[in-house]
Amino acid sequence: MREVEVSEITKEIAELCQEANFELGEDVINAFKDGLENDESPTAKAILEQLLENAKIAREDRVPMCQDTGFTVIFVELGQEVKLVGGDLEEAINEGVRQGYKEGYLRKSIVSHPLKRENTGDNTPAVIHTKIVPGDKIKITVAPKGGGSENMSEVRMMKPADGVEGVKDFVIERVKESGPNPCPPIVVGVGIGGTFEKCAYLAKKALLRPIGDESPHEDIAQLEKELLEEVNKLGIGPQGLGGRTTVLDVNVEIYGAHIASLPVAVNINCHAARHKETII
Amino acid sequence: MAEIKLTTPLTEEKVRELEVGDKVLLSGTIYTGRDAAHERLVNLLEEGEDLPIDVDGQVIYYVGPAPAKPGKPIGSAGPTTSYRMDPYTPALLNEGLRGMIGKGSRSQEVKDVMEEEGAVYFAAVGGAAALIAKCIKKAEVVAYEDLGTEAIRKLEIEDLPLIVVNDAANNDLYEIGAEEYSEV
Ligand code: SF4
Repeated sequence: MREVEVSEITKEIAELCQEANFELGEDVINAFKDGLENDESPTAKAILEQLLENAKIAREDRVPMCQDTGFTVIFVELGQEVKLVGGDLEEAINEGVRQGYKEGYLRKSIVSHPLKRENTGDNTPAVIHTKIVPGDKIKITVAPKGGGSENMSEVRMMKPADGVEGVKDFVIERVKESGPNPCPPIVVGVGIGGTFEKCAYLAKKALLRPIGDESPHEDIAQLEKELLEEVNKLGIGPQGLGGRTTVLDVNVEIYGAHIASLPVAVNINCHAARHKETII
Repeated sequence: MAEIKLTTPLTEEKVRELEVGDKVLLSGTIYTGRDAAHERLVNLLEEGEDLPIDVDGQVIYYVGPAPAKPGKPIGSAGPTTSYRMDPYTPALLNEGLRGMIGKGSRSQEVKDVMEEEGAVYFAAVGGAAALIAKCIKKAEVVAYEDLGTEAIRKLEIEDLPLIVVNDAANNDLYEIGAEEYSEV
């Protein structure tokens, strides 16, 4: 067994929370540049230019690219040969969030009770997904998720007979109805299969894939391609003000399904498509 | 598509000259306010009380900024989604509010009252928060400090880049723009 102090996890998370909010991924930046080159709408071009400039300022000045520094969603892949010592994993993760959001001057956007709505003041609790995997490493991904785009997401329990066409209609409908609200250009994560909660988890995980990445399943890669084409025909454009650059990528993840069910989740991410990872 | 320099406070006459799609560089004083502050303002109006800020001729920016780093007036400060303010907006427009800055569509009711009263809704680029913060020269909490990021702040801004999304003639760029580029 390899021993790892949980304080090391705290330290890494504090750092990742800041990096994720300050440094937009190169894949997203390149997608902005493609849009800038190819979009016909002058308003779209002007907005994409602002987004490129914004990403540059955030990186250079170490300030958050967006004021909504999100719900801190954290994926932990914990090697089964790791023994954690020195404290509680969940508490160590939350402590990392607490430190990162304070040190980085990131906004605290979490309330402790969904109905009484009092701000916790330190952006905790994080949403933590832990998976035990083979090996003796710990992989940590921090993905701050903005409220504006999260609010446009949906899970739908479809009928198996709805099939691939039903899934496509649902995804297109979500993008269309979201319009300007999730700050397009957006990234769309789709989870198909599993149970109610599993498909939502898959949709969230799909958002971690780099832009341009293709599903390893041939038919799903094809579906991703078709969906991307269709949603970009809607004309919504950057910020919903008209144009071709509405969706930067559609990523679909699948899982086995019950003979009676076809659960589908659409998780929408804004252009502040933030995620940073590390391996301990 | 014109690029127009404007300074607050705004008059009805100036606002009615603005057209959907106009690019505006806004300077002067504006106020921040989002969900919780709007609720309080409208509760005061319903009780017949005075507001802590005079909204007449003013512009409200829907934003909950990130905390300021030492030596900076404000942290990143991009717009939040406006539809959540729709239920409260008509009451403020009736008090003379001339402009709003946010992102996303407004309700038909808000658009109708904007037309009646002569008001404009601007979009700032959602998520361009670090860039926008550079246009904010001063920030000061003027009401509801207990609300933290949601407190009402008075901002001094210089050339804040905005786009007119809803003009006072009930035009909506979210509808017009998407229609123009739609292929379905
Ligand atoms: S949707 Fe994303 S880019 Fe827009 S305000 Fe929220 S976090 Fe920022």
